[in-house]
Amino acid sequence: MTIAFNANHLVFLLQGAGWTLVLSLIAFAGGGLLGFIVALCRISPVRALRWLSTAYVQLVQGTPLLILMFLSYFGLSIAGLSLPALVAAGISMTIYVSAYIGEIWRGCIQAVPRTQWEAAECLALSRVQRMGLVVLPQALRIATPPTVGFMVQIVKNTSLASVVGFVELARAGQVVNNSLFEPFLVYMLVAGLYFLLCFPLSWWSRQLERRLLVAHRVEVATA
Amino acid sequence: MTYKFDFTSVLAQWPLFLHGAWLTVKLSVAATLLGLVIGTLCAIGRGSSNRLVARSCAVYVEAIRNTPLLVQIFLVYFGLASIGLKVPAFIAAVLAMVINVGAYTTEIMRAGIESIHRSQIEAAECLALSRAQIYWHVILRPAMERVYPALTSQFVLLMLATSITSQISAEELTAIANRVQSDTFRSFETYAVVAVFYLLLSLLMRGAFWVTGQALFTRRRKLGTPL
Repeated sequence: MTIAFNANHLVFLLQGAGWTLVLSLIAFAGGGLLGFIVALCRISPVRALRWLSTAYVQLVQGTPLLILMFLSYFGLSIAGLSLPALVAAGISMTIYVSAYIGEIWRGCIQAVPRTQWEAAECLALSRVQRMGLVVLPQALRIATPPTVGFMVQIVKNTSLASVVGFVELARAGQVVNNSLFEPFLVYMLVAGLYFLLCFPLSWWSRQLERRLLVAHRVEVATA
Repeated sequence: MTYKFDFTSVLAQWPLFLHGAWLTVKLSVAATLLGLVIGTLCAIGRGSSNRLVARSCAVYVEAIRNTPLLVQIFLVYFGLASIGLKVPAFIAAVLAMVINVGAYTTEIMRAGIESIHRSQIEAAECLALSRAQIYWHVILRPAMERVYPALTSQFVLLMLATSITSQISAEELTAIANRVQSDTFRSFETYAVVAVFYLLLSLLMRGAFWVTGQALFTRRRKLGTPL
């Protein structure tokens, strides 16, 4: 008895895509928040904070996301908590995203011209004011294209949450394939759905990059 | 419930871990070298005057960069099996990794090639260098030198990403870890040990790339001076 691919399978895949989106949003929100702190710590005047955040980034960037997934999944169960797979996946994605996006944002903050920092100092602004009123607004503009670009990585990497049993798009694909044995059809569909999620982000990021480049050129020309 | 950490039963399996780490290294090196070749060829192809070649290279890059590696691995492994090509997991893993990293390398190499000034190529043409000579001496080597740091990061990420091939049970480090944890029931400890292994591997790899860079790019320049 063989079952053909039908609407139910498609609905199941689409539901998976929905969970992929949910996990991506959680990862982006959590990772962004933690990543912002990491970025600030990396350029902090306090040496201990700098070292600590550097060690954190090196540790996370030197470990595969898959291992982070397993560690948080089994770590939670060691702590005696039996939480849904979404929590384990959310925690490991947050940690993963924070290390990478923290580094991206640190670079963007440091890309704000040195003279801007100095000018803010001359105006006798406090460090918090300097950051909040002068540097961060400018860094935000520089940071937008790479951040949008990194969202693609987030969406793609949520596929690894399938290993802790979270039914997102990749896992949904596995489940459907296990019942149909049509790997080409199923995984091509899954790949297509991921592409639909990711490509607009890639495209947007490129657009932003081009626009920023033009803005830069104009600034240089008029300076 | 209090949990007692016990690393002894996990660490007793060290020969297995070493074996897995060795396979991870082999997988990474194979994918790095082949990925570099494919990436370079596609980077040249994207700049080709032949519309079809340029277009298909662009489609390849976009398709790969916007889909997850896990799905690509499934496609290669199960897809090949379903059309009657039963390849061992390790070969399928290398194949999927090469296809994946080739797309990223294309973009990096393209950035390098585009950074070579037109006048350099014109000068080479004036010296009557052949097309191949121009590509090798004037374009590719300086381009490679410029994007070397980006390539290094990409290939370290590739090494970490080989862990995903454990999902088709290619016997690398993570697959070994999965086996050890189901033997010892020490899940957390197992993956903690494996994380340390990966950290060491990425340090080792950065070191190896640094040494290679020193040997390859012997021209000594002050930082910041143009090539």
